[in-house]
Amino acid sequence: MDFASSERAGAQPKEITSAKIVVAGGFGVGKTTLVGAVSEIEPLTTEAVMTSAGQGIDDASKVPGKGTTTVAMDFGRITMADDLILYLFGTPGQTRFWFMWDELIRGAVGAAVLVDTRRIADAFAPLDYFENRHLPYLVALNCFDGAPRYEPDEVREALAIPPHVPLIMCDARHRESVKQVLVGVVEHAMATLVAEQSGGYPAPVG
Amino acid sequence: MGQPQDPRGNLVRPYAVTRGRTEPRRDIPIEAVLVASQAGLQEARFAGHDKYRIAVLCEAKAQSLAELSALSRLPLGVARVLVADMVADGLLSLHSAAPKTGFTERMDLLERVLGGLRKL
Repeated sequence: MDFASSERAGAQPKEITSAKIVVAGGFGVGKTTLVGAVSEIEPLTTEAVMTSAGQGIDDASKVPGKGTTTVAMDFGRITMADDLILYLFGTPGQTRFWFMWDELIRGAVGAAVLVDTRRIADAFAPLDYFENRHLPYLVALNCFDGAPRYEPDEVREALAIPPHVPLIMCDARHRESVKQVLVGVVEHAMATLVAEQSGGYPAPVG
Repeated sequence: MGQPQDPRGNLVRPYAVTRGRTEPRRDIPIEAVLVASQAGLQEARFAGHDKYRIAVLCEAKAQSLAELSALSRLPLGVARVLVADMVADGLLSLHSAAPKTGFTERMDLLERVLGGLRKL
């Protein structure tokens, strides 16, 4: 067989680096909309099926009373260079799937917790999760049309967001706005890394 | 085993395609990228339908484990077992599987990602 005629066969093997940013938040807060606003592909869905035979992420023992459960995660992709791909993963909305969040944040650059200002209380569980995980994260207030508008300081106080966590406004439907959220996540991750380096903090998970 | 919750046939008895194996031969992060060479693709023809389909996807373009799971409509855990087999058998090459741990290494990655985002 002659493979030399294939254009792809001539490509030099090159180590490809992939990075990921996690988009967290309550059910229906606009995570997939945010991912879709910047992704080069239509957001895809991967499903983890937990069966009683499985281990780790497929461990049904963590969801008592069910033999088989499907957890769906939406994600998008931004190819930045021929050797660099950024993936954006939305967390499952249901908070009982925390173990799946653990898999998602492993090795992540950072996270954005998306908050719907009409349903602020939905953000408590995701914020609690990140408060205990040592992954750099910021809070993005998704401003839907007609949503009650609060001052960022009011939201920070209502949700008890620590002072070191950035809080920004965004519109998850708009590419430019989402781009700023992601830039914010990476800048915050860099600042956190520098602070750890100089302050001797423990290394983050992943 | 409980009753399958999902009506789609390919999620019923999800681990049938791995012959019941649920443990991958190596851990593969969800965002790790897989590539198939032409030679790997040719060999994968004899590795069964699911593995061949994965190889075809990875020969056209580098794909993450998450994409392979989504595009081939296999649950993540099943895709991970198949992909780990294919890496062990030399059908796919695995990229970006090791976490970046050093300060310089991590900062370089963050700077590259930041640059890529600003160019969007």
